[in-house]
Amino acid sequence: MSRRMVTMIAGRVLVALATLLFVSVVVFGATQLLPGDVAQAILGQSATPEAVAGLRQALGLDAPAIQRFAAWLGGLLTGDAGVSLVSRQPVGGLIWARLSSSLLLAGIVAGISVPLALTLGITAAVWRGSLYDRAVGVVTISAVSIPEFLVATLAVLIFAVHLQWLPALSFMPRSASPLQFLRAVAMPVMSLSFVVVTQMVRMTRAAVIEAMTSPYVEMAALKGASPARIVLRHVLPNTVGAIANAVALSLSYLLGGVIIVETIFNYPGIAKLMVDSVSMRDMPVVQACAIVFCAVYLLLVTCADIVAILSNPRLRHA
Amino acid sequence: MAQAREGGTVRVEALTVAAKAEDGRETVIVHEVGFAIPRGEVLALIGESGSGKTTIALAMMGYARRGCAIRGGSIDVFGTEVLACSASQLRRLRGNRIAYIAQSAAASFNPARTIMAQVIESALIHGSLTAEAATAKAKALFAELALPNPDTIGERYPHQVSGGQLQRLLAAMALLNDPDLVIFDEPTTALDVTTQIEVLVSFKAAIRDRGITGIYVSHDLAVVAQIADRIAVLRHGRLAEIGAVEQMVSAPAHPYTRQLIAAAAPVKRKGPEAPTETGEAPVLAATGITAGYGPAGPDGLPGIRILHDVGFSLRRGETLGIIGESGSGKSTLARVIAGIVPAARGAVRLDGRVLPPALAQRDRETLRRVQIVFQNADTVLNPAQSIGQILERPLAFYHRLGAAARRQRLMQLLDQVRLPRSVAERYPGELSGGQKQRVNLARALAAEPNVILCDEVTSALDTVVGEAVLDLLVEIQRALDVAYVFISHDLGVIRSISDAVMVLQHGRVVESGPTEALLADPKEPYTRLLLSSVPELRTGWLDDVRAGRGVAA
Repeated sequence: MSRRMVTMIAGRVLVALATLLFVSVVVFGATQLLPGDVAQAILGQSATPEAVAGLRQALGLDAPAIQRFAAWLGGLLTGDAGVSLVSRQPVGGLIWARLSSSLLLAGIVAGISVPLALTLGITAAVWRGSLYDRAVGVVTISAVSIPEFLVATLAVLIFAVHLQWLPALSFMPRSASPLQFLRAVAMPVMSLSFVVVTQMVRMTRAAVIEAMTSPYVEMAALKGASPARIVLRHVLPNTVGAIANAVALSLSYLLGGVIIVETIFNYPGIAKLMVDSVSMRDMPVVQACAIVFCAVYLLLVTCADIVAILSNPRLRHA
Repeated sequence: MAQAREGGTVRVEALTVAAKAEDGRETVIVHEVGFAIPRGEVLALIGESGSGKTTIALAMMGYARRGCAIRGGSIDVFGTEVLACSASQLRRLRGNRIAYIAQSAAASFNPARTIMAQVIESALIHGSLTAEAATAKAKALFAELALPNPDTIGERYPHQVSGGQLQRLLAAMALLNDPDLVIFDEPTTALDVTTQIEVLVSFKAAIRDRGITGIYVSHDLAVVAQIADRIAVLRHGRLAEIGAVEQMVSAPAHPYTRQLIAAAAPVKRKGPEAPTETGEAPVLAATGITAGYGPAGPDGLPGIRILHDVGFSLRRGETLGIIGESGSGKSTLARVIAGIVPAARGAVRLDGRVLPPALAQRDRETLRRVQIVFQNADTVLNPAQSIGQILERPLAFYHRLGAAARRQRLMQLLDQVRLPRSVAERYPGELSGGQKQRVNLARALAAEPNVILCDEVTSALDTVVGEAVLDLLVEIQRALDVAYVFISHDLGVIRSISDAVMVLQHGRVVESGPTEALLADPKEPYTRLLLSSVPELRTGWLDDVRAGRGVAA
């Protein structure tokens, strides 16, 4: 690995960390601006001003904002995200339990949609202009224009209400069997994959087509290379960076998608936790959730950038 | 190691290729072309862009680019009817019995794989050699093609070797399977003249020693005269004339061939007399220009230095030709004069007044007086604006003309660059390359400048079209007394249009002086090398040069 490459990768990581810091400021600031007050929310409208003030002091809400930000950030860095104002439980534990089930959902979606999307995108590009390519194009265009809440609602209508194959809500008992688990996640996975796949197909197809029209691919064809060899040896090594970015962007879109899908299916994930916490004004949980979302997003994008840098022969063999 | 192969002929008959437009309409781009090449001979396909020469070359391999289709005819390569082959039969021909050497080697190598992996790929695809044997053979070919470090150059990646070397590596790739027919598609067009000679010498030796049967596609008659046995002249997809090289060069029959030959040796547009010393102050002068890119170092100079202490002066109504190869800094010099790249040291003077180095510090009047015309008219003209809009913009900006006055001046400008007035309503996409370059020139003239910087303005044009643009430039100079800084890599063009010449190499002035005096008696070895590297339109020129230089082949 060349020195230039190391500095470039280090630069990307630093930018990601700086972004995370900036986002933490924004998240903290934004939650300060939200109307309403946790103490008021907990005690209800009929509480006396003295009781509210007492609770505010007990919760540490009356300290200056800078001091509270520093304490919060310090806590985050040491793994202590504070205590939920509502359930009085550590935020870290709450988030971890929910994050793991969200990651499981996202993992299944990625495991299905990435191979599917890459296969569709690459084959559509190879047979550009064919009936197959046009069919993929029409289906993806239609799919990408349907919002996921509609897909989710339609799925519930068809598979839960009419066919009654699957449960409408993804409620899982602690000791769920694999089959129960599969039945529970089938519809959330389906709704999320629908949107994610289409984006990846379109971006992969565009990247592969760009490489397919390059002179070195024509040269390979004129050397007698078979279509499979052209794609595997000549096109894909040059599209790794672009495809990694397409995958990262699509997967990061999952983060937004889970909020809607988890809410519709009542799936016990981190997005559901965040939505519930916002309605309860449970600020420590909301803030921590927001930081987790941002961190996952940055992780994906930074990984894609690093893959792109690593796959660039001009940087690898400077 | 001449290949003792039996005779035979490559025979093409009534080849017709069509291009399909987006709306499904078909245009025939190659009309019933036919020729024959006996084994061991090289046929050159000569023509301008759009003449169908590359399309024919690719059709020899049963290949048509996207949007094109072979519509009829017959291509018989030593007994195999290419156009009757199935897809898998074609794959067995390509890279095996028929090999292709592309114009741009830099783009034809996959950037992600080593050179050796790509050179021996055809042997692996066709199973003709084991990887080990193919590697050994490739190294021998590298040595035969006079490549440096033949044993290790294959381990490199394409971006790590020079353009001239890549072109020879591409030839090694083509020759690996000892093909029956080799197609050279403008293989030296993208190279500098001094590099072109080395590549031509090694190609010629390989063709001679191996008895290669070949098709050599080029727009450059002088190059072709060195390599080919016979020449076929193509125009608008039809065969205009075909004959032996000697006969075509000395006694061309077709008027178009004569036109091509005339364009290959540009006429002198400037008198031989040295510019008179009138004592008149120069309109543009530069002294001690040092410039480059990147952050400034401790000495206040940019990290990557392109120009070192360059100076010149230019009088009203005269042309200074700047010649240099790629990387010589000639375009950077134009950018320094225009203020696009501020000089780190030195000064540019316009009528004796020192210009601010950076574009942003120059006032409108200064900007008006120095205009620049770029090489690629395609990318410089905004495709969303009509020619009228493009030309009216500088009229409003520099001269603040009203709508009626702008319109009137627009028509004058179109007349001046010899374009029909109706062009004003059209868009750049509807014009030919030569017309676009005229619009580009008209845009510079709209400012009524004292100096026009012409950066490779004819390089992207076909020779005949380029000649007409040169005529126009000289005519405009006489009428308007404008001075040109004319930048080109083409010595013939520079010689034809310049009063004085400056030779640049690695960002330094090698030599400068009045055109004829300097070129007739160059003092510096580099100038001599440059002069002797320009192909001459006579057979045997390459052998003479090689003999003169003692280049090993």
